Amino acid sequence: MIYDWVKQALLEVQEYAKLCIAVFRGMVTRPFYFRDVIEQFDAIGLGSLTVVILTGGFTGAVLALQSGFTLDTFGARTAVGRLVSASMVKELGPVLTALMVCGRVGSGIAAELGSMMVTDQINALRALGTDPIRKLAVPRVLAGILMVPILTIVSNCVGMVGAWFITVWQLRVASSVYWNSVVDSLYMADVWMGLIKPFFLGFAIVSIGCHVGLRTSGGTQGVGRATTNAVVAGSVAVLVVDFFVTKILFSVLY
Amino acid sequence: MGTPAAQPPSRNASAPRGDADTAVLEPDVPVIVFEGVDLAFDDKVILRNLSFTIRQGHTKIFLGASGAGKSTILKLILGLLKPDAGAIWVKGQRVDGMSEVEMMKIRHDLGMVFQEGALFDSLTVRENVGYKLYEETDLPLDQVHARVEEVLGFVGLGEHIDKAPSALSGGQRRRVAIARAMTAKPPILLYDEPTTGLDPITSVTVDAEIVKLRDLENVSTIMVTHQLRDAFYVAEHTAIRENGEVRLVPADAAKVAETEFIMLRDGEIAFEGDAHELRASSDPYLKAFLS
Repeated sequence: MIYDWVKQALLEVQEYAKLCIAVFRGMVTRPFYFRDVIEQFDAIGLGSLTVVILTGGFTGAVLALQSGFTLDTFGARTAVGRLVSASMVKELGPVLTALMVCGRVGSGIAAELGSMMVTDQINALRALGTDPIRKLAVPRVLAGILMVPILTIVSNCVGMVGAWFITVWQLRVASSVYWNSVVDSLYMADVWMGLIKPFFLGFAIVSIGCHVGLRTSGGTQGVGRATTNAVVAGSVAVLVVDFFVTKILFSVLY
Repeated sequence: MGTPAAQPPSRNASAPRGDADTAVLEPDVPVIVFEGVDLAFDDKVILRNLSFTIRQGHTKIFLGASGAGKSTILKLILGLLKPDAGAIWVKGQRVDGMSEVEMMKIRHDLGMVFQEGALFDSLTVRENVGYKLYEETDLPLDQVHARVEEVLGFVGLGEHIDKAPSALSGGQRRRVAIARAMTAKPPILLYDEPTTGLDPITSVTVDAEIVKLRDLENVSTIMVTHQLRDAFYVAEHTAIRENGEVRLVPADAAKVAETEFIMLRDGEIAFEGDAHELRASSDPYLKAFLS
């Protein structure tokens, strides 16, 4: 029982590693499917904009609300901007954006590729002379790597605006005080950390979605299972990758 | 598994040799050769020491119960699966040890009609049919459009060109799948249960397309099915062009003999012969299957 589980887990790791290598090879060698890349930039980037804006905005707002009342007890209400910007840029922006993209995009990729697997469309692609990794996985992974950082920047900005709204209208702190506090507390190392992490998180989410989707079997039930697995594995991967990348960046940047 | 470009062993005198592209232009040249192929998934044996030869312009029909390994043979030919032992030759090239990249070149000579069609949901009929030409060749767009319209006309679905596959009936989807497989003019077409799940009248229209492609385009045909009526229809009919019109008529004895049946049972060949021999067989299993 344990032997089978370990064997299965190792097989999954091996197949995931093979997929990642094939994807990287597909990024630097021909043929390229430019139209698919553009389509995925649109689907993953623009398609996730609404959910990321909503998440970022309300996260910033609730952060300001919670921290404002806590800081008030120390008479430090004016430091809300400092707390919000540091939290959003370094940690909450990248992680929450990645989790939202994982829920929306990771599941979508797993369901789409999984359906293609169980209906023989992936085999049909191969039979027609197309490498499914190059046609399906490479454009999605490229879009994930490049769009998640952009979405994170959007999320951070909207989060700070959401926090500004609460700070000014609820906590009655002057707008200039808030923005000064936001800017003062941000160091370049924080910005770099917030910008570098999403590249890794975007890769993890989309590559896991592709891996799970392309390993789907067992009909429609298998597609459902693949979708769930992609979200669960992707979400866990976001938190794990976030921890390790943060640890590495702390030793490099600070 | 040997080197991909090696020649078949001498004991198989019928195997293709020399320049494959030149060889297949001649009639009756072997285009696909299986030699002692074994395949098992874990403990389940799918194919056991399977050997057969398919010649240019001929038809091979694989019969057998569900799970007998019929569809697996098509996947082995396409390189979607690799055998555990034995050799597979496609147009003179040994494919069982080829990498995915090498197989892409071999697949240019193969067209596959998957069970249920396997059309791409996100593409229109036009994009499905022209997929290979649009995505994998540098052919000018107007030439691709013309070819797509030509093949859709051939299968009688010209008016559905801009529809989504979901808007078509089951039979129409199979015919679009046939059109997609033939767009790049492959010399070998593989059909995986092309009529399963279709009503008898629609099945005949699909059978007619298979016969037309074989006889008018000189395509070698491998058909996997458990629909006996369709198998015999393909074996015993031929397509002729008269005054610009295509007609299907009963085939003469020589033409019927060009279609061979292989009955698979427990991963092995239980019968190999033409339609007359199959009907005349006294084997109890075959009789039960035919009844």
